[in-house]
Amino acid sequence: MEVGQMQRRLVDYTKSLFMEGFLDAQFLQLQQLQDESNPDFVVEVVSLFFDDSEKLLNDLTMALDQPNVDFKKVDAHVHQLKGSSSSIGAQRVKNACIAFRSFCEEQNIDATLRCLQQVKQEYYLVKNKLETMLRLEQQIVAAGGSIPMIELGF
Amino acid sequence: MNSSSGKSYMSTASSSVIWKAGGDVVADQFPAGLRVLVVDDDPTCLMILEKMLKACQYNVTKCNRAETALSMLRENRNGFDIVISDVHMPDMDGFKLLEHIGLEMDLPVIMMSADDGKNVVMKGVTHGACDYLIKPVRIEALKNIWQHVVRKRKNEWKDFEQSGSVEEGDRQPKQSEDADYSSSANEGNWKSSKRRKDDEDENDERDDTSTLKKPRVVWSVELHQQFVAAVNQLGIEKAVPKKILELMNVPGLTRENVASHLQKYRLYLRRLSGVSQHPSNLNNSFMNPQDATFGPLDLQALAATGQLPAQSLATLQAAGLGRSTAKSGIPMPLVDQRNIFSFENPKLRFGEAQQHVNNNKQMNLLHGIPTTMEPKQLAGLHHTAQSMGNMNMPVLSHGSQSSQNNPLLMQMAQPQARGQMLNDSTVGLAPRLLSPMGQPMLSNGMATNVSTRNGVPENIRAPSYNPVSQTSSMLNFPMNHTSELPGNSFPLVSTPGISNLAPKVAFQEDVNSEIKGSVGFMPSYDIFNDLT
Repeated sequence: MEVGQMQRRLVDYTKSLFMEGFLDAQFLQLQQLQDESNPDFVVEVVSLFFDDSEKLLNDLTMALDQPNVDFKKVDAHVHQLKGSSSSIGAQRVKNACIAFRSFCEEQNIDATLRCLQQVKQEYYLVKNKLETMLRLEQQIVAAGGSIPMIELGF
Repeated sequence: MNSSSGKSYMSTASSSVIWKAGGDVVADQFPAGLRVLVVDDDPTCLMILEKMLKACQYNVTKCNRAETALSMLRENRNGFDIVISDVHMPDMDGFKLLEHIGLEMDLPVIMMSADDGKNVVMKGVTHGACDYLIKPVRIEALKNIWQHVVRKRKNEWKDFEQSGSVEEGDRQPKQSEDADYSSSANEGNWKSSKRRKDDEDENDERDDTSTLKKPRVVWSVELHQQFVAAVNQLGIEKAVPKKILELMNVPGLTRENVASHLQKYRLYLRRLSGVSQHPSNLNNSFMNPQDATFGPLDLQALAATGQLPAQSLATLQAAGLGRSTAKSGIPMPLVDQRNIFSFENPKLRFGEAQQHVNNNKQMNLLHGIPTTMEPKQLAGLHHTAQSMGNMNMPVLSHGSQSSQNNPLLMQMAQPQARGQMLNDSTVGLAPRLLSPMGQPMLSNGMATNVSTRNGVPENIRAPSYNPVSQTSSMLNFPMNHTSELPGNSFPLVSTPGISNLAPKVAFQEDVNSEIKGSVGFMPSYDIFNDLT
């Protein structure tokens, strides 16, 4: 596949992520922060996000698996995940966290378990999407092309 | 204590601030090179923030633990200009860190969190944060953080410079330092906020010293412990800077240093106890213009201090004396809102007094707010004036004028609210209170800039309040006076008071029939005792 084609594919793909709500404007901010002095910024941050989130999700799973669930702790983890996902621009994950937190307040064990599933699902989805997108970018760069800047209406 | 090799303060108002950092002088590139310490346990956020701050050309140090941040700050007191910290951290609560930094290093601190609940934001305010950012933080939000540094420097500089200045001249003679915060409100002496006394004291001492600039005292943990020990020994009620200084017996420490630290400490204690003993702190700015006029409403003095637009003065006087009863409409010029507000401030006090006295009088706002005053109302005013003695400031709004009165009411509520503000959980509304009305409360360059960025209003129970905009400018008015106060404590503390309007506002409904001080205003302001 030649570079131009790859670039078009990337643009379309990235746009779809925004349209479908996986990513929001915050992600654009990250992309804009990337420059020559730091050409891998987005990849680095996203990787960091993945590592951190997986840890948090594990902690959450464990915390909710206890006989006596410590909702404060659960809430703290979710809050953290909310913060990092919103900073990355992972909108759907963030929204799932918001819902999660309200159930934590209610100390509703069933609802929170469901929320955990929801968050995990959203997380794996966005992880998948981001990885695909980043792979496309890599291919373009490897082929000597440059990554097109996405311009979105919002 | 820092010697003069610490930061040197030049004119801080402009961008020619010179930042000394280990010998590097970055002049005229400001705010580039601003030394920021960012603390967040979330590695993703930390990395993003670091990148953003670097993109703003700041000099960034990142840290993922509060303890580490504190020790970094302690080791290198002059190494940073501003700190940005997350609220929720595992090893130490962000607010705790904020307190430490405020007490020990007196650096501006910005709090941030994904949590945008008003309570949390309020906490930021009361703990002395100079700003609060909601995550996700955008780079635009970071571009302006340098303003907090400049502002703080400016305020400190101003403190040092005050000696026999005009402002001082207007103030009442120095009061006994023994007057405690809580008692000062009772003394009917509005200005007796500690800050003012400190200023005066500082000025007095200033006359003795030949230096204008005071080197910054670094309140290390040990020093602070000594301070606390001294305070406890004396008893918090009786702890005055002079005696504390004596007890501490630290060479090179001046009474002013102790005084300003004491003020912060008291605020801190008050926050801890959740009770505001007295709002006079907040009133500080309000008080200033009105010093002499406190007791009886001295319109003349008010006018003289420029607080009272001449026209309004005339109108008020006329109204007060019932001379204008003949007119069916008081020709109140629509004074520009700002003007009204500056005028309003003194009124706050009076308003309260009014409440006391005028229960069912129809009151009208005579100060420049165009009102369609009916003769009846005038008569009411007149009546009021008579009953009040010299209080001819209409305080509460008559039903028909509710819209105009609202702002006044709100303003009045403010000072009173202050007394309660710390208690009241609705305090968190402060920034939000005005927002539904469409004006960010702190929009006018207030000293504090707790910009919550969420205009989510809550608890605004008086839907009829339209003139929030007025209120906001009103709020700004006092804020302008905060410059005398150390760092953040003053303005931050005062804002909450405003928020208290919300609950108090509810009493608007009662207003028509009874203006009751009991709505909660009264207790804080014993000025009424003087007035009635």
